Amino acid sequence: MQELTSQLVQKPSRVIVQDRKTKYTGRNIRWEGVFKRSLVITALSVLVLVVGIFITLVVQSIPSIKALGIGYLTGKTWDPVSDIYGAWPFLLGTLLTSFLALIISIPFSFAIAVYLGEYRPTGWLSGFLKNVVELIAAVPSVIYGFWALVTLVPLVRKLESAIGVAPYGVGIFSASIVLAIMIIPYAASLGRELIQMVPSSLKEGAYSLGGTQYEVIRDVVMPYTKSGMFAGVLLSLGRALGETMAVTMVIGNTSLIPDSIFSPGNTMASVIANEFTEADRAVYLSALIELGLVLFLVTVVINMIGKSIIKRFTHE
Amino acid sequence: MESTIISSSNFNAYFGTNHVVKNVNIEIPKNSVIAVMGPSGCGKTTFLRCINRMHELTPGATSDGKMMLHDDDVYEMHPIFVRLKIGMVFQRPNPFPNLSIYDNVIAGYKLNGLRLSKSEKDRIVEQSLTRSALWNEVKDSLHKKGTFLSGGQQQRLCIARAIAMEPEVLLLDEPTSALDPISTASIEELLYELKSTYTLVIVTHNMQQAARVSNKTAFFYLGELVEYNVTKELFTNPKDSRTQNYITGRFS
Amino acid sequence: MNKLNPRIKYRLGMSKLFHALVIVFAFMIAIPLIAILFFVIKEGITKINWNFLTNIPKPVGEVGGGIANALLGSLIIVLVAAIIAIPIGIFAGIYLSENKNSRLSYWSRLAVDILQGVPSIVIGIVIYFWIVKPSGTFSAISGSMALAVMMLPIIIRSTEETLKLIPFTIKEAGFALGLPYHKVILKVIVPCGFSGILSGAILSVARIAGETAPLLFTAFGNPYLNANVAKPMQSLPLLIFNYATSPYEEWHNLAWGASMILLIWILLLNIITKLITQKWKVQL
Repeated sequence: MQELTSQLVQKPSRVIVQDRKTKYTGRNIRWEGVFKRSLVITALSVLVLVVGIFITLVVQSIPSIKALGIGYLTGKTWDPVSDIYGAWPFLLGTLLTSFLALIISIPFSFAIAVYLGEYRPTGWLSGFLKNVVELIAAVPSVIYGFWALVTLVPLVRKLESAIGVAPYGVGIFSASIVLAIMIIPYAASLGRELIQMVPSSLKEGAYSLGGTQYEVIRDVVMPYTKSGMFAGVLLSLGRALGETMAVTMVIGNTSLIPDSIFSPGNTMASVIANEFTEADRAVYLSALIELGLVLFLVTVVINMIGKSIIKRFTHE
Repeated sequence: MESTIISSSNFNAYFGTNHVVKNVNIEIPKNSVIAVMGPSGCGKTTFLRCINRMHELTPGATSDGKMMLHDDDVYEMHPIFVRLKIGMVFQRPNPFPNLSIYDNVIAGYKLNGLRLSKSEKDRIVEQSLTRSALWNEVKDSLHKKGTFLSGGQQQRLCIARAIAMEPEVLLLDEPTSALDPISTASIEELLYELKSTYTLVIVTHNMQQAARVSNKTAFFYLGELVEYNVTKELFTNPKDSRTQNYITGRFS
Repeated sequence: MNKLNPRIKYRLGMSKLFHALVIVFAFMIAIPLIAILFFVIKEGITKINWNFLTNIPKPVGEVGGGIANALLGSLIIVLVAAIIAIPIGIFAGIYLSENKNSRLSYWSRLAVDILQGVPSIVIGIVIYFWIVKPSGTFSAISGSMALAVMMLPIIIRSTEETLKLIPFTIKEAGFALGLPYHKVILKVIVPCGFSGILSGAILSVARIAGETAPLLFTAFGNPYLNANVAKPMQSLPLLIFNYATSPYEEWHNLAWGASMILLIWILLLNIITKLITQKWKVQL
């Protein structure tokens, strides 16, 4: 054994190794190019994918745009059986549910953000809250819808008969509540991160002048994070606009213009979900796709604005 | 003994439009330790990184001129080939954090896809760690992660990793600048040992270190190679006033 | 001094009131979650048994039946989606972290941002025109494609963010050993960021496992057991949607059981993601 080791040390395998290295190097050099090219191709494919989505939506919307023109979006009647297509009920339904959901969600997401960001960033209680928020985000939309159908809708129905409106149960109000629950995590976790970015020197300055915790939050933390909070609200609005399943299940699915927040209705997403596979005429189908295009454009614009605000905020 | 292994002629390096190495001509003899010293920002590290073509990895970095390894122009070979022949040790120890000590030593083989038998691997690991004076300290914990070692041990592990590949030249970029004095001493001792097998080029901003470990010393100033001579000669009898100023501490 | 007192008292009172309001509003978020978990578990647990897992749904009016078709379908659809999206996502993420300032990176990043915000129903429409219409049939593979599109931005982002944190010195070490570019990336950089990339991939699966909207016009659903990806296929969320909105008690029962299984599946994936980020983190 001793002999063998000394033999090996005396005669290093340098020549053999160099030879083998040469062989492998040639192969490596060839793969290097392949690898670099495939990286570029995948990065490019993401770009192509998004452009492709946009083009597909535009192309498939053309029959509807041609046949119905700009009046489509303001048309108040949707009656495919009589070949009348007006998207206004769905635009209105989408705006109503989304904004209502937003208004309901803001106090909650704000409270969570302030609690986790300012009052208690660590500890088991905030750990619990963080997990709750994450789970709220993880529950599938369809389960929210099912749950709402079984428990929330009867409650809303009771409320409606108590205040003397037609007790449908399903409708814009129910959809907004479910949506509000679903979008809270987005604004809340973003808000928490923003609040934690407030320099402690600023807060300490305010405390040293005798400010109470509430005053520091109101006069230092809020002004500092204002733009970011707005972006958070925008991003959750983007979520709310495109949310489909839970809304479809509880909004009541009628194509009439809603006359109050308690009436049933339809959003752009829910009407697509309900009628896409039933659309038997080219214009009908195309009209639905045009809704998809509008949805796409609106969410893209909202998301881009929100993200650019956040980028500016985090770079400062 | 005095055969040249690396030589550069009219060598320039740039970062974008910034000219950081200016017209360097140098000949590095085989089996010797060459110290490259100079004040920070003098282009010594950049020049070192040009020898094994690491310089070009930085975005916007370019170079021109000739850099010969024996009779081949390094810049006409594929960089992978160059780096297999010219190893490098960096300023901060950088063992692969996901690999064990054992795997770190043979990383050059393993990651390159060179298959070795178990006994070959064991031999290379033991030999390299012995040469880098780390074997006795780690032989019982070869399968622990390399990042658990102390800074000085990590740096010796990085040296073992480089010499395991049997390079002809080993470049060291201020290998002790992030280490404590005791680790520094053990690495300097190690360089002395390694000289018999390899050619070492060590960048340092520490004059004492240059004087202690090297056979020849090159002094860089503002991107130029000001003076290059046998170490003793350069320190006792500098030809250039800038060298004189530097070694007497008139500027750092 | 006496004059100031009521003012200070008022201010401290406001501060306390605000604190209390924040706590009340913040923790009210737990109410819907607990309600949902309670209902799904209460209704679901009594429905789940061996027959439920191994049988296919029975026609209306017959008692019993199970969701085997949806379980198998969900598994296949999600698995195929992961197989499509994970390699592409990781590669694109590597490109973005490697080429931080290239023009393609700028546009790709913008595309990822856009893709992340695209409503899932819109993706369903587009895949319908890309795959379902040309092939003439709803199919599981088209559903997988739609889900893969939704997974991509999550995987790309998490890969990019993970790899960005790996110090350049580690990469240098790889190059200095004469490793070619692809091996430096795949054998040094990616393993260092393995936990981050893996948890991103699993998280993306968790996010899409419950998606229904993109499957409506792609996988479509199927009351029978089917393992052929070129044919329509049932999935758990689709089954829940169809049966929950039906008027039949028996079908509601199936939907409850399916909801519970779906929920457990997604919670498990979320927990695994967390464990991976905590336990497998490579110390840099």
